[in-house]
Amino acid sequence: MVTVLLPGPLRGEAGGASRLDVTAAGTLRAVLDEMAAAHPRLARRIRDERGELRRYVNVFVDGEDCRHSGGLATPVKDGAEVQVLPSVAGG
Amino acid sequence: MARLLAIGTAKGLFLATSTDDRRSWEITGPHFPMTGVYAVAVDTRRSTPRLLAGMTSSHFGPSVATSDDLGASWDEPDQAPVAFPADTGVSLGRVWQLMPAGPDEPDVVWAGTEPSALFKSTDGGRSFELVRSLWDHPHRPQWEGGFGGQAVHTVLPHPRDPARLLVAMSTGGVYRSEDAGASWTPGNTGIRAYFLPDEWPEFGQCVHKVARDAGNPERLYAQNHHGVYRSDDDGRTWSSIADGLPSDFGFPMVAHPGRGGTVWTFPLVADGERYPTDHRCRVFRSVDAGGKWEPLSVGLPEGPFYPAVLRDAMCADDATPAGVYFGTRSGSVFASRDEGDSWSLVAAHLPDVLCVRAAEV
Repeated sequence: MVTVLLPGPLRGEAGGASRLDVTAAGTLRAVLDEMAAAHPRLARRIRDERGELRRYVNVFVDGEDCRHSGGLATPVKDGAEVQVLPSVAGG
Repeated sequence: MARLLAIGTAKGLFLATSTDDRRSWEITGPHFPMTGVYAVAVDTRRSTPRLLAGMTSSHFGPSVATSDDLGASWDEPDQAPVAFPADTGVSLGRVWQLMPAGPDEPDVVWAGTEPSALFKSTDGGRSFELVRSLWDHPHRPQWEGGFGGQAVHTVLPHPRDPARLLVAMSTGGVYRSEDAGASWTPGNTGIRAYFLPDEWPEFGQCVHKVARDAGNPERLYAQNHHGVYRSDDDGRTWSSIADGLPSDFGFPMVAHPGRGGTVWTFPLVADGERYPTDHRCRVFRSVDAGGKWEPLSVGLPEGPFYPAVLRDAMCADDATPAGVYFGTRSGSVFASRDEGDSWSLVAAHLPDVLCVRAAEV
């Protein structure tokens, strides 16, 4: 089981939940794919239609920014915590 | 009967409603806070008017939502309403234009996007499909982006012939279809592209906005990146109507919805000096299809005025006399209930106004 932590602005797309349990493990892509099946609108806030992470969305796997650890191919072990956070951006 | 003015801003959508023939306005919002609302439409072809909003979160991306209760609630599909197919290899930047088709196609809504593409909805704007013929056009690799990005920002259905459609993009210029979007030909003859070595190319112009004449649908008006033009042959060829304007630079171009020959625009000094001409807040109107222009400023701010008006931040409603509306990059919205003769403030201190649309609801 993997726990996905959601930021406030995205919780409305997950029925108000601040965390989601996902059974998929292996890679971050697999985790996000499973989440997309259950919460498609949430998923497209995080990734675009190519499946790429949106530029100003950061995803941390056990505290490490996935952009520095393999992107969507970042390994996600059973029991890991995946945290989605909006980056500092905007005017 | 109420009059609705939808105001898309850089940080959300505001809805102004008037029940006293546009004398006073009640404003709600922001709807979709912290999103840039570049496109809004009020689809009055339906028994219940439908609002459509194209919004883009800088963090969470673009989407389109609809409302059938005048903005009291919004509906956004689970699946992305506008998305590029996988084989294109690109993703949607934002929706720049939402345009209901003509009365013969009550469920068709067009969307113009960044990157430059046209999408078609046949379910009233709930879901859209890429128009492949324009996407696959051999000119597409040569369409460039301007400062605002590379986008189809104008979609003009023909009011009487569903087979005819015109789009305009920056850069790229005008493209026309006479077979319901199956094929496209550029329609830029006579429009100058001063920023290119060949100033009169077949395509590549930076057309800012095109409007269709109400009396003669073959007649179009264009505000170009320097240059104001009219076409009398449905966008095949263009001739200048800039004489009489203080500048040929600007963004909006709005045609009277019910009477031919009347158009409004908001000139800026120049590409390199994007302030209102003479640093005054003035709309310019022609009632003879661009033959002569007159400044309109009664009721508008009298002192030095610097904000610009963007390409979709001016519109007219379908009342008699027509209402005219514009919003500025400084967040002020002005309305005229007498076709521009006089103006009053609808709202101030909003975020930058990106688009306005008005209709009787």
